[in-house]
Formats: sequence, C-alpha cells, structure tokens
Amino acid sequence: MKVIVPVKRVVDYNVKVRVKPDNSGVDLNNVKMSVNPFCEIGIEEAVRMKEAGSADEVIAVAVGSTSCQEQLRTCLALGADRAILVETDVEAQPLAIARALQAIQEKEQAGVVIFGKQSIDADNGQTGQMFAALTDMPQATFASEITIADGKAQVSREIDGGMQTLSINLPAVVTTDLRLNEPRYASLPNIMKAKKKQLDVFTPEELGVDMTPTVEVLKVEAPAERQAGIKVESVEQLVDKLKNEAKVIS
Amino acid sequence: MSILVVAEHDNSENKNQTLVTLAAAQAIGGDIHVLVAGSGVDGVASQVAGAAGVSKVLVADNAAYANQLAENVAGLVVEIAGGYSHILASHTATGKSFLPRVAAKLGVAQISDIISVESPDTFKRPIYAGNAIATVKANDSVKVVSVRGTAYDAVAATGGSAAVEACDVVVDAGISSFVSEEIAQSERPELTAAGVIISGGRGMQNGENFGMLEGIADKLGAAIGASRAAVDAGFVPNDMQVGQTGKIVAPDLYIAVGISGAIQHLAGMKDSKVIVAINKDEDAPIFQVADYGLVADLFQALPELESMI
Repeated sequence: MKVIVPVKRVVDYNVKVRVKPDNSGVDLNNVKMSVNPFCEIGIEEAVRMKEAGSADEVIAVAVGSTSCQEQLRTCLALGADRAILVETDVEAQPLAIARALQAIQEKEQAGVVIFGKQSIDADNGQTGQMFAALTDMPQATFASEITIADGKAQVSREIDGGMQTLSINLPAVVTTDLRLNEPRYASLPNIMKAKKKQLDVFTPEELGVDMTPTVEVLKVEAPAERQAGIKVESVEQLVDKLKNEAKVIS
Repeated sequence: MSILVVAEHDNSENKNQTLVTLAAAQAIGGDIHVLVAGSGVDGVASQVAGAAGVSKVLVADNAAYANQLAENVAGLVVEIAGGYSHILASHTATGKSFLPRVAAKLGVAQISDIISVESPDTFKRPIYAGNAIATVKANDSVKVVSVRGTAYDAVAATGGSAAVEACDVVVDAGISSFVSEEIAQSERPELTAAGVIISGGRGMQNGENFGMLEGIADKLGAAIGASRAAVDAGFVPNDMQVGQTGKIVAPDLYIAVGISGAIQHLAGMKDSKVIVAINKDEDAPIFQVADYGLVADLFQALPELESMI
C-alpha cells in the first residue's frame, strides 16, 4: 500500500510574524520556513506505517513554488521514499490544492492519504476534507491513533468533548492532530541520502488543474493589542480587584 | 439572500454555538433556515425553532446522521444546498469536518473560522494563530463559512417560532462507521460556553494538582481548562486544552495558573474580558496580557484564593 502525505511549506512555528505596513499580508522576507508541523506528524505516521509493514511506499507531495523542494527534501530525509511537487507561483488555495492532489492520487492510487489537520499560516483546516470529498473517500479528522487492518482504518480522533473512534474503509483520508506521534529528527546520513531520492515536478497545466484563487485577501491587519494590566501584591488584593473593580465575581 | 445554518447539537440538545452562528447569519442578512441533522432530534428541532431570527427548521432525522459522520452530513447538505446563497456552520470539531466536504462538492471555497461579517461576501478571520487578522472576500457564487464560537453574542434561545419541516433526504455513504465515543462527563459548564474559566499549565506539575483548581471552579461556577504543555505532559486529557489547536474561549473571567503564556495558548484566550495570571516567574509572557497579575507560588496562592472567594 502506498501512503501519500501532502505537506505545506509554512513559516517556522518559532517565528513571530509581523504584518506588513501596507496591510497587504505578513512579512515573509528572510523568515525561516519549515514543513507545517501537522504535516510533519503525517510524514512520521506514514514512515511508522512503513516500518510496521502496513505501507510499502511513502510519497510526500507539495503544491506551491519551487522553493517547496526544500521542505520535500526534509520529508525525504525523515523517511519518505519519493516526492512530488506540483509547481505553481499562483497563491494555492485549499480547493485548488485538493484538486491537484486528486490528480496525483489518480496516478498513484494511495491506500491512505495523511494530511495535517491545518496549516499554521492560513489556519484554514480544509484541504484534507476537500480532497476526501473530491475523491469520495471517507475521512477521519484530528487523529490521535491510526490502526490499519482488513482494508479499513480504525482511527481515534480528538473531538470537542473527548475522543471518538471511527472505522473507515480504505482508501481513506486521515488528518493528524498533535498527539498522533512525536516526529523524529533527520539524521545526517539520511539528509545526505535524501538528496538522491526521486523528486518529480509537475505543473498544474499538466495535471489539468485550474489554480485560480477565488478568495481575495483585501487586507491583513495586526490584531488589537491587549494592554498589560497591573500586578497585585497578594491574593487578598486580587480578590478585592475582581470583586470591586472588574466586578466579575461576587 | 437565503442562508442555511447547520445546527451544532448532540441529538438531545442544541448547542450554544448554533446560536452564535445564527448571530453571524443575521449579520449577513436574509431568510435564515436551520438544518438539524441527527437521530431522534425532535427536541433539538423545537429548541432551534424557538431561537431568534430563524424562519424555517429542516429536520433530517435518520440513523445515518446519528454520529454526525462527515460523509453523510456533507452529502445531505449538498443535496439541499440549491437556492441558498450562504451555508454556515460552527467552527467546531463537527463543523470543521463536514463543511469543507460541502464546499468541495459545490466546487466553491470555504471561509473558515470567521470572527466578523463585513458584508455578505466579505469576512474577517484570524490567520497565523491570531497574530494577524485577514479581511477576505469570497468570489464564488455560494459562500460556505464556518463561524468561530466567540465571534458574536448568541442570539436569544427563545421567543422565536419558526416552521418545522421534515427533510426526508437520506445520504448514507456506507464508507465510514462510528465505533465508540468517550465524552468527558462533568457537572461543570463546557469550556466554550463558560462565563469563568480557570486553567492550569505546566506549573501545576502533575495531574493530581489540578484538583486544587476544582474547589475554586466549584465556587465560581467555572470550567477548568489547561495549556497545551499540561496536556502534552499528560496531566489532563486533550479536551481541556485551550489554545490555537484546542478550544478558543472568551469568558468574562479567565484565570491562568502556572501558565507561561505561549503564543499558541494566548491565541485561544486573549479575547477574554478579564484575564488573571498567577505565576511565580514575573517575566512570564502571560503577564503581558493579564489585567491582574500575581507573582506567587501557585501552591500557596490557590488555597488562599479558594478560601477568600
């Protein structure tokens, strides 16, 4: 069974982003870029499936600019067998990405496609579910445990009030939550080996996919800053302030 | 304009999030219909019919919808989507799962997690964990939108008298099935609906120490939350997590205990009306957003606080 893991190139999670003065977006010049953390969890899960014998091949796929090759190489160093880039300079939005991945899936026929539950830049949380709908696959979002057996995936998922377990037929889509696994670090020999692994590049035109965005970003602003308040000296003073100044307790 | 809101419920009760999403629908303006898809949902349907601003409730009562399986609920919404200019759902675990499927099947974009409606096609939404707010315009013919649970004040839950109509569309994709669910049972309010929340972080040191928050929570009628660090350390289960990847909350009073204030935690609670931070590290970033900060050892401060309120 093949496993496809779509990955997104995003601002590294340690970077504090700043809004550009002209409100056109956030400043991404000279900022460290990484594999979206939830996608990295997806790579780790796929590699573990391969190590456990339930998967034969792990394919990392990115949709975006040529610089995404950097993140795909990271995925190859983490254990993916090969990579595919759908190269476009158009701002790729979730539905267009899902369509490009659908075209890849038609070629590859993966048994499981593991997405991150959301990217930490756009915070949309849509692409996996959209891909599942386009390919008529079942889905299990926010996974914290995946077991593959008998043509099905049993997935424990984090829902609002607790945990839920679903059984979904393969081929299936799973989106990762934080506690699914803890990704490994790439070793130096694996980083060297990754440079020689196969990385194919397609254009959206070759795949017959229209990448034109349909959501327009009119402006991007910094959020209203919250002002720091005061330090109180004691619990007694705190309770007094909450009762008599903020009036939030009685 | 005609808006379809998909209700958030647990088959027995309508959830507050539905009422918040209805407020967003009112901000868009137009005729508002609500779909209640579930199993044995007569009670939910009559609750929704009583909510302010609803003109019609569509009730799809079938075992196929009992567990809100995304494949089935999305299939149903797509079947009845014709004629609606907007399809709205709450940005909850359920809404996040089925709504993008609806958008993809309709061939349109989704606008996720909006915090305000600027016009019928323009919305504000946080990006980069709330470190920036984007104003976006949806150019597709149908707008598919998920609404953050703190975006608006809930509409009145009673006083309305919408028509209730059965919807006999049954979509059972047959490719997924429900196995089990463990929902935390608690006498306390839900995090996303609580007026007061007291949350513990890594500073709590272990799961047992979270018991120190319970007495205070009982006295204040508060929900108990946790930072990601506390959840990752295994102190408490994940459904208690407040933050970018957990629950987004905005109570009247938020008390952060032993929480340093990582960006991802702040993203989940910085819209609270009053924030209190108790931390022994006076340089902890949480103090930069706290209205009242107390630099103290929480193991001394908590019992004192419990006795004084």
